Amino acid sequence: MSVHLLEARDVAMHFGGVKALDGVDFRLKKGELRCLLGPNGAGKSTFFRCLTGTHKPTRGHILFKGTDIAGKERHDIARAGIGVKTQVPSLFDGLTTHENLWLALRTVRNAVAREEKIADVMERVGISPLRDNVLGRMAHGQRQLVELAMVVASDPDLVLLDEPAAGMTDGEVERLASIIRDLNRTHTVVVVEHDMHFIRMIADQVTVFHQGRILAEGHVESILANQTVRDVYLGKKHGA
Amino acid sequence: MTLSTFCRASGTHVALAAVAMLAAIVIFPKVAPLYTLINVTLYMSMGVFALSLALLWGYGGILCFGQSAFFGLGAYAYAIAAINFGDTTLASAFAIGIPALFAAGLGYFLFYGRLSDVYLGVITLTVTLILFKLINSTGGDAWRIGEARLGGFNGIPNTPLLTMPFTGIPLSPANLFTLACIALFATYALCKRLITTRFGRAVIAVRENEVRAELLGYNARRLKLAIFVISAGIAGLAGLLFANSVFVSPTMFSLSMAAQVLIWVVVGGLGTLFGPVAACFALQIAAAALGKLGLIDPNIVLGLVLVVFVVFVPGGIQPALAALLARILTPPRGSPGHMREEAAR
Ligand SMILES: Nc1ncnc2c1ncn2[C@@H]1O[C@H](COP(=O)(O)OP(=O)(O)OP(=O)(O)O)[C@@H](O)[C@H]1O
Ligand SMILES: [Mg+2]
Repeated sequence: MSVHLLEARDVAMHFGGVKALDGVDFRLKKGELRCLLGPNGAGKSTFFRCLTGTHKPTRGHILFKGTDIAGKERHDIARAGIGVKTQVPSLFDGLTTHENLWLALRTVRNAVAREEKIADVMERVGISPLRDNVLGRMAHGQRQLVELAMVVASDPDLVLLDEPAAGMTDGEVERLASIIRDLNRTHTVVVVEHDMHFIRMIADQVTVFHQGRILAEGHVESILANQTVRDVYLGKKHGA
Repeated sequence: MTLSTFCRASGTHVALAAVAMLAAIVIFPKVAPLYTLINVTLYMSMGVFALSLALLWGYGGILCFGQSAFFGLGAYAYAIAAINFGDTTLASAFAIGIPALFAAGLGYFLFYGRLSDVYLGVITLTVTLILFKLINSTGGDAWRIGEARLGGFNGIPNTPLLTMPFTGIPLSPANLFTLACIALFATYALCKRLITTRFGRAVIAVRENEVRAELLGYNARRLKLAIFVISAGIAGLAGLLFANSVFVSPTMFSLSMAAQVLIWVVVGGLGTLFGPVAACFALQIAAAALGKLGLIDPNIVLGLVLVVFVVFVPGGIQPALAALLARILTPPRGSPGHMREEAAR
């Protein structure tokens, strides 16, 4: 068995002619906190969708805890221990925060333990006042927090967060950064994020995606100083 | 559609229903003329039918246009088994088991084939129409299963009445009425209970967001298949009761039967259980009265009622009444809107 919790080997995902991913090699050790960055359309979300079973990769292997999960069913992968907060929040819109979290605690069978866990997670993420609010009527930033709470509650071995800070107020972003750092004490975490300020708050190891491939990987400061990265990432972003 | 039926105890509703049923069982057969008694037994069977779709569509989010297929299959399975076995107890099990089995096969194809909702509607409708055609064309003597002649569009007029287990004495109309009451109550209580179990909540989760449910580890296809099968079993039970209050005929598979149950659920309130049963009773009583007057085709009125509800009361009777009740019961100061509305359900 490999020493890595997650190991993607030569993963490709083509949509017709579009090569959203084109040979991604990615390794992650247990306990790491990694940030993925890259310009729009670089393939970050597609990579997450391959990891969680929404897409079956065109090519390549994804080893999670040593087993190849590429192309497996979404619920099987979830049960194996990968949890995701998707880029566009995916929630039970007709239900309340409490009910959403109740459903996230699929494996907790004891009712009392379940309620305790729900209260605990709501407290940690700072959404206790939203307990009985229906998700469909909440602001984007709040929805992001509830989705994060669901992932935290379901307690996966690997936590994937796709642009969790989007739509949040400054206060919420601060809180989010501390939640993620806190989460990383017990969990392996991968975060897709555009905001450099936010990235600096949470991570020191980053991986840069570009046109479906990994362009660079390393410590955040050296990556940000890297001229190629500056050209494709910052250049494009400013030019857009 | 927002509903948080979810984590709330359902005890009071079930208790009220139990009291109503007991009262009906004790009083109604004593005061009602035979004709009315039989008619109300028929309405009860339709109430069970309404629950089958209320559960499937309202909580499973699965819009089945062919619920009448299971209803008809249940009745035919009962009639055929009863004629062949000469015993109605085992035949009753067939009435529930055969539609459930059929739904398991059909549902496997629908859900594991990952067909979209539109196709699901089209296919369930088509299957119903095929069964309707098929049963209608079984007029000849060659069409028989064992002792039972299928009888084409005439149906099976000699559908055996349910008998008491062991003694073999056929049930009286009053007995049948009692049985229908118990069946309706039991189905209601079962559905009410089901939606608060872990399984039921998972089904609701899939209705709300299938992708998110799967990302949390719920096996969405298996859950949909399970609720589809349960719903078909309930529709089969309704078919059994119907067969005992009238007799088995191909109209059970008909499009108007499939449409009626949809209308009951829409009018009663999607995502509720009591509402569709109430709508089923009210609309059938109204249709019977209109039919007696003979001024206008009840089907046209039924269609109008549907349109009026979709346009003006899109939530259906039950939520509308609950909201009204909440408004009457609470002082008109600033009220935290939806929470009370939902608490009232
Ligand atoms: N289902 C799909 N069908 C066709 N093309 C797709 C599909 N999903 C993604 N793509 C394409 O793949 C490429 C990568 O998209 P992806 O969403 O993974 O990028 P991203 O890095 O997450 O970008 P962003 O920062 O904007 O979220 C884009 O060109 C996108 O248009
Ligand atoms: Mg993305």
